[in-house]
Amino acid sequence: MTQVPLPPPAATRDAPPCFVLDGQNVPFQPGETLIQAAHHAGHFIPHLCWSPEFAAHGSCRICTVKVNGRASAACTTLAAPGQTVENKTGELNAQRKTLLQMLFVEGNHFCPSCEKSGNCKLQATAYEVGMEGPHFEEFYPDRPVDASHPELLLDFNRCIVCELCVRASREVDHKNVFAIGGHGIGTHLLVNSPSGKLADTSMASGDHAAAVCPVGVILHKRQGFSVPIGERRYDAAPISETAQDDTP
Amino acid sequence: MLLSTHPSSPASAKVRELLARHHHAPSALVQMLRELQAALGWLPPAALQELASGLGVTLAHVQGVTGFYRFFHTRPVGDYRILFSDNITDHMLGSRELMADLCQRLGVAPGQTRADGRVSVATASCTGHCDQGPALLINHHQVLTQLDSARVAEMARLVEAQVPVTDWPSAWFDTQDQVRRADVLLGPALAPGLALAAAVARGPEGMLQEITQANLRGRGGAGFATGLKWALCRKAPGTEHIVVCNADEGEPGTFKDRVLLRSHADAVFEGMAIAAWVMGARRGFVYLRGEYRYLLEGLQAVLARRRAQGLLGNNIVGHPGFDFDIEIHLGAGAYVCGEESALIESLEGKRGTPRIRPPFPVEHGYMGHPTAVNNVETFCAAQQIAQHGGAWWAGIGTTASTGTKIHSVSGDCERPGLYEYPFGTRIGRILEDCGARNTQAVQVGGPSGLCVSASEFGRRMGFEDVPTAGAFMVFDRSRDMFSVARNFAQFFAHESCGFCTPCRVGTALVVKRMDKLAAGRGSRHDLDVLNELDKLLHTTTHCGLGASACNPLRDTVAKFRPTFEQHLQSLHFEPAFDLDAELSIARAVTGRDDAAAHMEKPA
Repeated sequence: MTQVPLPPPAATRDAPPCFVLDGQNVPFQPGETLIQAAHHAGHFIPHLCWSPEFAAHGSCRICTVKVNGRASAACTTLAAPGQTVENKTGELNAQRKTLLQMLFVEGNHFCPSCEKSGNCKLQATAYEVGMEGPHFEEFYPDRPVDASHPELLLDFNRCIVCELCVRASREVDHKNVFAIGGHGIGTHLLVNSPSGKLADTSMASGDHAAAVCPVGVILHKRQGFSVPIGERRYDAAPISETAQDDTP
Repeated sequence: MLLSTHPSSPASAKVRELLARHHHAPSALVQMLRELQAALGWLPPAALQELASGLGVTLAHVQGVTGFYRFFHTRPVGDYRILFSDNITDHMLGSRELMADLCQRLGVAPGQTRADGRVSVATASCTGHCDQGPALLINHHQVLTQLDSARVAEMARLVEAQVPVTDWPSAWFDTQDQVRRADVLLGPALAPGLALAAAVARGPEGMLQEITQANLRGRGGAGFATGLKWALCRKAPGTEHIVVCNADEGEPGTFKDRVLLRSHADAVFEGMAIAAWVMGARRGFVYLRGEYRYLLEGLQAVLARRRAQGLLGNNIVGHPGFDFDIEIHLGAGAYVCGEESALIESLEGKRGTPRIRPPFPVEHGYMGHPTAVNNVETFCAAQQIAQHGGAWWAGIGTTASTGTKIHSVSGDCERPGLYEYPFGTRIGRILEDCGARNTQAVQVGGPSGLCVSASEFGRRMGFEDVPTAGAFMVFDRSRDMFSVARNFAQFFAHESCGFCTPCRVGTALVVKRMDKLAAGRGSRHDLDVLNELDKLLHTTTHCGLGASACNPLRDTVAKFRPTFEQHLQSLHFEPAFDLDAELSIARAVTGRDDAAAHMEKPA
């Protein structure tokens, strides 16, 4: 059934333009992307590298939707009147599952022993689209852990190169602690210090970069399991129902 | 501190010299890294740190840029850095055997630096000399073509004797143009300045009308209308406009731009000046692929002459206020930089990751300025159109594909080289002209293009039928098309920028499956997985590299399925590993090798 959200009273004469998402009208402001408008209207489009507080990145491709029949990343596509956008379809969720399976085999992910389990967007999104196994052969990359920092731990095994920490450190913390190095399947997160260790950067435990990681790469030390697994964010409700809590 | 250089060290002196010469501009980072490596042989951490400080950027940023380009080395790689061209046509001419021979003679493993630091031997995707392969690139500067065992043996001797590459037999570095069929672009050159004067006489709008009337489409492969691109860039607001020549000819099997830059540089630069006239640009860049480093001095000489002739600089062809000059930037071994927005990122001194579009470069390109990026051949065509008019150009070729197109022909034929034909030419005609026999397939447009089988040789070259960026690789019936597809799969995995999930992981997964098939352990299931990966990459990647990475695979599976099926062990499922072989360590540890310590072999 089609639901048309009521525009605010002042805008009654000039109703905002809309696109159609899975049969529902979604209003948008000019310049907004599909995922921004959908997020504001309370619709969930699965995503990992996108966050409402940062500009579109377009790297994880989990948010790929069909716009007038053509595949397109919802985070990089500008909303336009008259667009018909497919999001919750079997085909797109199957595609998302394959992309997630790729991310799982590319790194070393073992949810049962991961401190981030239950709070991890990768895990929660995998549950959301019904991923039940890795499907592809594992790469088992050699990614040593950086435990040099007194308060923070970097476990690169789980990095999905979404660059959220890079962006948070640059744009919010103004510290530029992280960068991306390498190329191809060897693309990896770099720590900005002569030693390459986090201890030799200005990174602090309260930095936004330390909070933004959607997986379990950046972890606060000595806080492990303070909330038991089973009582965590995505244990309580699936990510599709909790995504609205993400600011702004 | 560990990473500081002594201020009087040669590395430190070089970094300071580079910083001064490039005005401490972070946009020159890729150029500075190239020059630093040329001076030091590699990029030591201390020098990178000093470079970062001097540019006011983070060390991690410099390391990120360094790690992106295949030709930059953060570890010593030997006084002689030898890279064999790894394209399938080089393989067909015996490059792998020659590489193994050289490694054996020098006592070095591929990809390793010899313990004494003398030499390293590895591969580069394609050096752009497929018509005279096998080829190799040495010290990221000189190119050796037409390798054979005698040359390899002599090379090994020269390396051991520490003879500088500049003292090696000069005949080894003779690259040939091999123009087999010339039409307007490869024919006699126009006198420098003639076409430019004609463009100026028409006025910018008049010249733009000629390009539009010519219906010229970009020669880089996508075929976007050049007139429209120039019109969009011209009208895009900005304090200045930029003209970029995409000379990052990285598509394996393509080498036409190499010849145009070597023997028709005036036409290329003149086309750029004509574009600048139309768009009101004052600055132009040639983005020259790192593999063509040896062309740099010749190009600089032509630029200097054109400045002296009043064809670049201020008041060009005596027209007051027509100011335009060209800088050459060198790439450092990254195929994806042929994508125009990645190229612009690289021009700005960054990792060559394709940008989100829109905005398109014509509105927001180099440093945010409206920028028109065109192929080398497109600029040559623009010069011809300025001279002879748009109607004349539109009269050549077909309605949808006007003018001529240069094809880089290599592979199984008697006369590889460049063939220029009007668009609309039959594939069979090109095969006849180049002396191809028993042809099984032609890969048109390189790995990201189209694989055409014998039943399709009546098809015509053109955007309405078989589009092409220029590569024309011929495979006769003795060739295994599975090996061809596998080589292309390895190419895309090697060249993926790593930015988006489907391309970064997908191209690597494709290689794994192809390796499994090559090892004789394939099953029908693997073909299904490859098909699934093809569909996913085609629709979800960030840029065209990932989207076309499975094209050759799809074409060859569809058109040469029997050759794939020969690589299948079962029609059902076969694991990638040998279960019994996996137990060998356990057998060694336990000291058992009886029948019960082995997996049961299927009957």
